[in-house]
Amino acid sequence: MGTGAPPPAGPTTPDTATAPTPSPEPGSVRRARPAPSGRRSARRRELFACGVLMTPFFALLTAVFLVPVGTAVWLSLFADDRTGLGFGPPNPSFVGLRSYLAVLADPTFTAGLGRMLLFCLIYIPLLVAGSLLLALLLDSGAVRLRAWAQLGLYLPHTVPGLIAAVIWLYLYTPGISPVLDLLARGGLGVDLLGVDTVLPSLVNVVLWSNLGYNTVILFTALRALPREVVEASVVDGAGPVRTALLVKTPQIRSAVVTVALFSLIFTLQLFTEPMLLSQSTSMIDSRFSPSMYIFDAAFNRNSYGLAAAASVVLLACTIALSYAITRWTNRATGPEEER
Amino acid sequence: MSASAATRLTGRAATNTVVAVFVLYTLLPVAWLVLAAAKDADALFSSRLLSLEGFTPVSNIGDLFATDGGIYGRWYLNTLVYAVGGAALSALVSTACGYAFSTYRFRHKEKLFGLVLAAVMVPQTVLALPLYLLASSLGVVNTFWAVFIPLLFNPFGVYLGRIFSDGYVPREVLEAARMDGTGELSLYFRVAFGMLLPGAVTVFLFQLTAIWNNFFLPMVMLSDQELYPVTLGLYNWNSAATTSPEYYPVVITGSLLAVLPLIVAFLMLQRFWRSGLTAGAVK
Repeated sequence: MGTGAPPPAGPTTPDTATAPTPSPEPGSVRRARPAPSGRRSARRRELFACGVLMTPFFALLTAVFLVPVGTAVWLSLFADDRTGLGFGPPNPSFVGLRSYLAVLADPTFTAGLGRMLLFCLIYIPLLVAGSLLLALLLDSGAVRLRAWAQLGLYLPHTVPGLIAAVIWLYLYTPGISPVLDLLARGGLGVDLLGVDTVLPSLVNVVLWSNLGYNTVILFTALRALPREVVEASVVDGAGPVRTALLVKTPQIRSAVVTVALFSLIFTLQLFTEPMLLSQSTSMIDSRFSPSMYIFDAAFNRNSYGLAAAASVVLLACTIALSYAITRWTNRATGPEEER
Repeated sequence: MSASAATRLTGRAATNTVVAVFVLYTLLPVAWLVLAAAKDADALFSSRLLSLEGFTPVSNIGDLFATDGGIYGRWYLNTLVYAVGGAALSALVSTACGYAFSTYRFRHKEKLFGLVLAAVMVPQTVLALPLYLLASSLGVVNTFWAVFIPLLFNPFGVYLGRIFSDGYVPREVLEAARMDGTGELSLYFRVAFGMLLPGAVTVFLFQLTAIWNNFFLPMVMLSDQELYPVTLGLYNWNSAATTSPEYYPVVITGSLLAVLPLIVAFLMLQRFWRSGLTAGAVK
């Protein structure tokens, strides 16, 4: 198949690292029947049940994940866009890395990738700083109606991305938006979907959707900290601000890094929000982000080789980042667990 | 002494102000959606949202269900079927697989689990073209199944299912049932599944939201408007609104109605969301 998807060693692997135990099972499979033949048939029944319970999921995994990923790799190497228009290439021939070279040499693809990196440079610091600040404030014990505040902050995450984009698009549209209307009455005309403002406007949509969700994740990590450590620093005379920044924050470092890296991955895949905004502003073209590029190449231009190669490039970026997350979190949480 | 009490008081005030500002940031756009959906078109376009005139929620909803021959109702029904049916089936499949990962030992188990985790991160846009080609070679493009089947795949649900099985299903109970002669499969369906039910509800909720939010796959697979989910329908109406503004009010009212079930589900089942978030965050 050659899916090229080496699974990043999962975060949960350490405790039961690949146990190829043949027959004498310790722990979980201790059975009443002592006879060795009975044990073997029990083992067979277990494996049968395990197979039955896993088959539906792995059938899906094969059909809607492995086969498509394999097809994408195959298309990227074999589909020749110069002959194959319309319904797949009639005579698929090996074109090697030509599609990859075409994608990487295409300024609209690299510009999209660069745009997403710029997006991340604005978005991720804002997201991390905002959610960390909120989580620390919620954890400080000084917030009134904390459960309600949490609910309110989390609410945007239940709004589908497309509808979040609709809401904000209308709040950015003069003549509909009450905010812009007020500003205009004060003599301040702002174009929130202009050349320089469209990217920050888009950042705002995504930030609004995800701020509360990430706050809850960091808050959960803060709640899991041993209270003695925090109380000890209070006894030492550290004020609440110093406790938050110098005692609590370093201890949830791995959660903060995980939040940042996951946000990076999902930003690279950004599609829905810019797709909707592109209906109303010419500042977002049909190849604004890598995902939009793939969609445009596959379904507007029918360049299957180009779309597949761009998909594999995006997939490679994602896998590299996931791998980085796993390495980082394993390293960051390792020493803490030993303590 | 009183000075430190004063700083503590200003600290509290500052803390609450900052949190309140952020809560306003998250809530006001939703409040705008609610107000805008309740107002008539004149009030909407003149941005007079806070005045007391022009409230026409009932006729707005009437307009919504009358536009384009009442197609919105059809979209809404489709979304319910995709999301509720898909999430229920998906939760059953994922929970069973997660339980098997938690309970049984076999060779290369952790490598297989690593594959499941890797699948969580793969962008949907990467799979779209191959899935489309696959569906078209099977002749199911532009059918219900082309959207429904891929959305059943929920690797994160397997991850949650494994975590929940580790936590909720005591090994001793399974052992005791085995000694009573319960077969391995009825062990799952009769004994373990009951204990896993709260976990399965969490998986169901996460997948429900994911399917409700999805619009990329339907956009790729469907050309027949009758099969659209709400998100794709609203996307098309919003596109139409750029040339014919009479679509703006229906997009707004339609958006609000499309969000409501998710908000209600979230408020009613908060405890399940929280357990999912915790399991996802602690890892």
